[in-house]
Amino acid sequence: MSGLILEEIDKNFGSVVAVQDVNLHLPHGRFVCFLGPSGCGKTTLLRLIAGLEKPSRGSIMLDGEVITHQPAHQRNFGMVFQSLALFPHLTVGENIAYSLRVRKVGKTARRQRIEELLNLVRLSGFTDRHISQLSGGQRQRVAMARALAIEPRLFLLDEPLSALDAKLREDMQVELRMLQQRLKVTTVLVTHDQREAMTMSDLVVVMGTDNRVHQVGSPLEIYRNPLDTFVADFIGTSNLLEGFFSGSQKITIGDRHLIVEDLPENLSPGTPVTVSVRPEDIHVLPGIEEGDNRLPGQVSFIRDVGSSVEIYLDCDGLQVISQSTPKGRPAVKQGEEATAFLPAAACAVLRS
Amino acid sequence: MTAEKPRGIRAHLPLFYPALMLAIFFILPFGIMVAISFSQRQPGGFYIPVFDIGNYKNLYTALFARVLGFSLFIAGLSAALCVLIGFPFTYFIACMKRRAQVAWLVFLMSVLSLSEVIIGFTWSLLLSRTAGLSNLLVFFGLMEQPVSWSPGFAALLLGICYLAFPYTVLVLYPPLSRLDPALPEAARTLGSSPIRTFFTVVVGSLRNAIVTAFVLVFVFTLGAYLLPQILGRPQHWTLSVLITDQAIYQSNLPLSAAMAIFFMMVSLMLVVLLMIIGKAKRIETI
Repeated sequence: MSGLILEEIDKNFGSVVAVQDVNLHLPHGRFVCFLGPSGCGKTTLLRLIAGLEKPSRGSIMLDGEVITHQPAHQRNFGMVFQSLALFPHLTVGENIAYSLRVRKVGKTARRQRIEELLNLVRLSGFTDRHISQLSGGQRQRVAMARALAIEPRLFLLDEPLSALDAKLREDMQVELRMLQQRLKVTTVLVTHDQREAMTMSDLVVVMGTDNRVHQVGSPLEIYRNPLDTFVADFIGTSNLLEGFFSGSQKITIGDRHLIVEDLPENLSPGTPVTVSVRPEDIHVLPGIEEGDNRLPGQVSFIRDVGSSVEIYLDCDGLQVISQSTPKGRPAVKQGEEATAFLPAAACAVLRS
Repeated sequence: MTAEKPRGIRAHLPLFYPALMLAIFFILPFGIMVAISFSQRQPGGFYIPVFDIGNYKNLYTALFARVLGFSLFIAGLSAALCVLIGFPFTYFIACMKRRAQVAWLVFLMSVLSLSEVIIGFTWSLLLSRTAGLSNLLVFFGLMEQPVSWSPGFAALLLGICYLAFPYTVLVLYPPLSRLDPALPEAARTLGSSPIRTFFTVVVGSLRNAIVTAFVLVFVFTLGAYLLPQILGRPQHWTLSVLITDQAIYQSNLPLSAAMAIFFMMVSLMLVVLLMIIGKAKRIETI
C-alpha cells in the first residue's frame, strides 16, 4: 500500500489524552490538512508522524514500511515548525544546506541545491543573508526550502502561516499549494483556519475537541455533507435545526416539516436529528408562506457587507441565517415578515 | 523604541546619586591607587608622592612573570572546565520539568551562600590523607592505602571550579531556558543525530552565551586569593597572593599598586580579545 497509514493511534501525556483512536490513510502525493480547534491533538498527530513523539498505542506505516519507532532523524521527512525554528546563527544558505551537510553532500552539489531551492521559493541571491535580516514571509520561504532540501518523503507543516498577516497568508497559501503540486510531495499541514484548509488541500481531516478524527474527505465533501454536528458547526457557518425523524424523508422541527433527500442509514421514526443547512442555500421569500420546507418568521437583522447580504430571520424563536449575493437591494427589510425556504437538497440530516 | 533623550539638568537629576557613589567608591580609590603606583617607597615609612615609573620597571622579574602567567593559566583552565561541564549540565536542567529546574537552581544558589573560606577548608579536609575521601575508597577496596591529594594543583583547580560552577550555571541558564525547543527538533527532522544536534544547533546558536560565561568565570577566578593558599603549594600561589604579600607584609604599597594595575590591564586586554573572537565573523561553512 502506498502512502501514509496510521492505525489505531493513541497518544497520552500522563493522564492527558492528546490523540484518540486515529485511523487514517493518506494517499501518496496528496495535500492533506489536519483541521480542528486548538487542543484537538492535530499538532500531536503531526509530531507522531514526524517521529518527535512516540505513540502510546498503534502503528504508523509509510509505503508499506512500519516506521512507528524509527527515530526522527532517520525518517527523511521535511518539517516546517510553527515558530519556523530557523537556526539563528546560520545564514540562509547554511540553514537550507543543514540537512545536506548532515548527509555529507559535497560542497559544489550543496551550493547548486541551495540555488535551486532559493529559486523555487523565489529568494534567489539571499544565500548569505542572516535570518535576522529577513521579513516574516521570507523566513517562511526559507523554512520551506530547508525542509524540502533533501526531497523529503513527507512534507509536514505545523501552522506555518499563523504568524503572517492576513494578506500575506493568503498569498502564501496559494504559493504553497502551487509548490506542492509542482513537487508532487505528500504534504500534511496542520491548521485551525478552515479557509486555509479549504484553499489548499485535496483531503481534509477534521479533528474535534474530543481528540478524535470526525471526518476525512475532500473540502467540498466536508462542506456539503458533514458527518456530524461538530463538523457542520466547525466548517463554515451553518444553521443547525434540531428536530426528529418522522418517517419517509420527513423531519419535524417544532410544528413544521422538512422534506429531505438524503438520510443517515438505519434511522427509525422518532429519532432526534439535527438538520444542517448552509446560509447560502436558504432563500428568503417576502411575506408569510406556508408549506413544507418553509419557515415563516420576521426579519430581525440585515447585515450588508457589500459583496454579500446576510439576513437573520426569527422563525418562532428559531434563528435562521441566510446569505446571498444580490444584484440590487434585498427584497425584505428589517422588521418585515418573511419566509425562509430550505430546499430539500440543501438539508443535511445528522444524528444528534 | 523612540523615547526622547532626557534634556536639561532636571531630567538628569536622578543620575546624580549613582554617579556620586560611583565616583566616591570606585573612581576615587582607583585614582589613588594609580597615583600610589607612581610614587616611591619609603623604607620604614609609607610612601613619597613623586612621579616615578620605577615600580613598573621593577615588575620585570622572573617571579612576577611566572606568577602572572600561572594566574592567567589557572583562571583560563578553570573557566574552560566550568563551561565545559556547566553547559551540558545547564542544558539538561533547562530540559527538565519546571519543578525539577527550580529545585536544582535553589540547590546551586545554596552553594553560593558558602564562603570561600569554608569551601577551601572543607575541600582540604576532604582531600587529606587522614580524614579524606581516599579513606572511603580504601574502605570499598578500591585503593591500597589512603593518600593525600591536597595541597596540590588538582586540589586547587577543583576548589576554584567548585566555587565558580554555580555562577557558570546561573549565567548560562537564562539563554538556555529561552532556547526554542523547536530548534533541536528541527535539526532532528533534518536528519541530525541527537549528539550532532547538540553541537551544531544548541552550542552553535548559544555561542555568545558561552563566551560570556567563560569571560565571567575567568575574571571571577582571576582574583582567587584564599583558595591558592589553602589548597595549593607556594608554586600555585596566584598574583593576588603576591600583591597582598607586597602590600601587607613587605609594606611596599607602590609596588603592589603597580602590580595590581598591570595585572588589571593584562586581564582587560585578554577579555577584550575574547570578546572580539566571540563576535568575529565565522569561517564560511556552506
